[in-house]
Amino acid sequence: MKKSYLVLILVILSLASIFFGVKEISLSDILQLNEKEVQIVVLSRIPRLVSIIVAGMGMSISGLIMQQISQNKFVSPTTAATVDSAKLGILVSLILFTSSSSFQKMIISFIFAVAGTLLFMQILKKVKFKNTIFIPIVGIMLGNIIDSITTFIAYRFDLVQNISSWLQGDFSMVIKGRYELLYISIPLVFISFLYANKFTVAGMGEDFSANLGLNYDRIVNLGVIIVALISAVVIITVGRIPFLGIIIPNIVKLFHGDNMKETIGYTALLGAVFLLFCDILGRIIIYPYEISISLTVGVIGSFIFLHLLVRRGING
Amino acid sequence: MIEVKEIVKQYGDKNVVDNLSMKIMKGKITSFIGPNGAGKSTLLSMISRLIPKTSGEIFIEGKEIGEWDDNELAKTISILKQSNYINIRLTVRELVSFGRFPYSQGKINREDIKYVDKAIEYMQLRSMQHKYLEELSGGQRQRAYIAMVLAQDTEYILLDEPLNNLDMKHSVEIMKILRGLVDKLGKTVIIVIHDINFASWYSDYIVALKNGKIVKNDKTNQIIDEKVLKQIYDLDFRIQDIESNKICAYF
Repeated sequence: MKKSYLVLILVILSLASIFFGVKEISLSDILQLNEKEVQIVVLSRIPRLVSIIVAGMGMSISGLIMQQISQNKFVSPTTAATVDSAKLGILVSLILFTSSSSFQKMIISFIFAVAGTLLFMQILKKVKFKNTIFIPIVGIMLGNIIDSITTFIAYRFDLVQNISSWLQGDFSMVIKGRYELLYISIPLVFISFLYANKFTVAGMGEDFSANLGLNYDRIVNLGVIIVALISAVVIITVGRIPFLGIIIPNIVKLFHGDNMKETIGYTALLGAVFLLFCDILGRIIIYPYEISISLTVGVIGSFIFLHLLVRRGING
Repeated sequence: MIEVKEIVKQYGDKNVVDNLSMKIMKGKITSFIGPNGAGKSTLLSMISRLIPKTSGEIFIEGKEIGEWDDNELAKTISILKQSNYINIRLTVRELVSFGRFPYSQGKINREDIKYVDKAIEYMQLRSMQHKYLEELSGGQRQRAYIAMVLAQDTEYILLDEPLNNLDMKHSVEIMKILRGLVDKLGKTVIIVIHDINFASWYSDYIVALKNGKIVKNDKTNQIIDEKVLKQIYDLDFRIQDIESNKICAYF
């Protein structure tokens, strides 16, 4: 599929997302500057759209980077302890600073996400048995351990409900003033584009990188920081979105290989399109009510994920 | 020239490479031979700065390896490791283009494309340049990696067991290519190799290693000698001359 088609689909879906909703809004409302309709668009629909696009691009690129630096196509922020560590970080910030701002939460959650991901990368270095399925399982196990610690502490401090609300990916609460933190991922996405070639070289391994004069550790650390920061920002503003980081890059790689300079553009676009599609679907199915996006992405994503796994089984 | 001075590599309390010194001549093929655990690969990895040395000095073109800028060194010396399988889906052309990375940092310009084309042409990969590496046979893949190193345009090319997993036909093909790199393109090739007859037939110098030390470092026909080889491998050898090259039989 050409990039221009993806852009076209993204534009169509974006327009649909702005004009479709419980409150019908037509183009003429906007042109006539009907105050109420314009307000809905500015305060709710556009923030929602922007956050979906940014989160979709950010999470997909995070997955791509993780897969590149771990040399494993089933590793992503959700299977490498990144997201679970970020969640623990939110809990810690809730306990330490009861009335912490989103920004403070993000910083602490980011620090935890970096630490958790680096821990995973260290384990990865030690593990001799580098099986494609085994490595993400190690990541999921580590994530679950961190998650149990989170639950334990949350239980002690009576914050279980509070913390589990962060888990549900949900864009319906995104309104002006509550999502702007997501903008932090935009420069990170740009940096990822700039470093795409270096991530590809790092993906060929430590020796290969050294041969080409690339500082391997520096690139891996940069990757971990980008992934952790995007994950922390997304989980704080919209919550946890499953599968995105795995399925989007893998679909793109089926067609375009592992040269990240080639794939990163498609990955960003497809991630945004897919998330936007799932969001609109979630708003249609039980109209006028809404299904949270983590559910729609979860259901569709798991089917695609299974398909990718089975396909791999057949083709070796 | 590469000069190694009193180099040591210690793992735990064992010296895998033990106080070893040597010089490697420019414009020649030098082979490292020796039994498993002799320290051949470790030595090669230290010369190409893939692993740090415990002590000693390595001079490349007169400059100690630690003083080299990473990127400049990548334009002078290149290394291919024995694991020629990397878990990444790239086309041949993409892989070869990454050989230009030290020069372009990924932003390939016209000059780089010339080098890439030349390397692909020289390794006869033109017809398969848009195929993914995983679709190639072992021999073709090895050629693609050598093409990448050629595009890297380094004076020194180091290869760790380049014949690993190749059949006889492809082994001969790779050795002829390496010979060509030296004779036609004036490169310096250093290889770790197990097949003693390939070493004898194609290399100019042989460094024989055992237990982290050099047993003998000399011209090829000085090393391919019943006494020397017995000392290295603890095996009885019979050596015959075929077309002024020495061939060994060992059973």
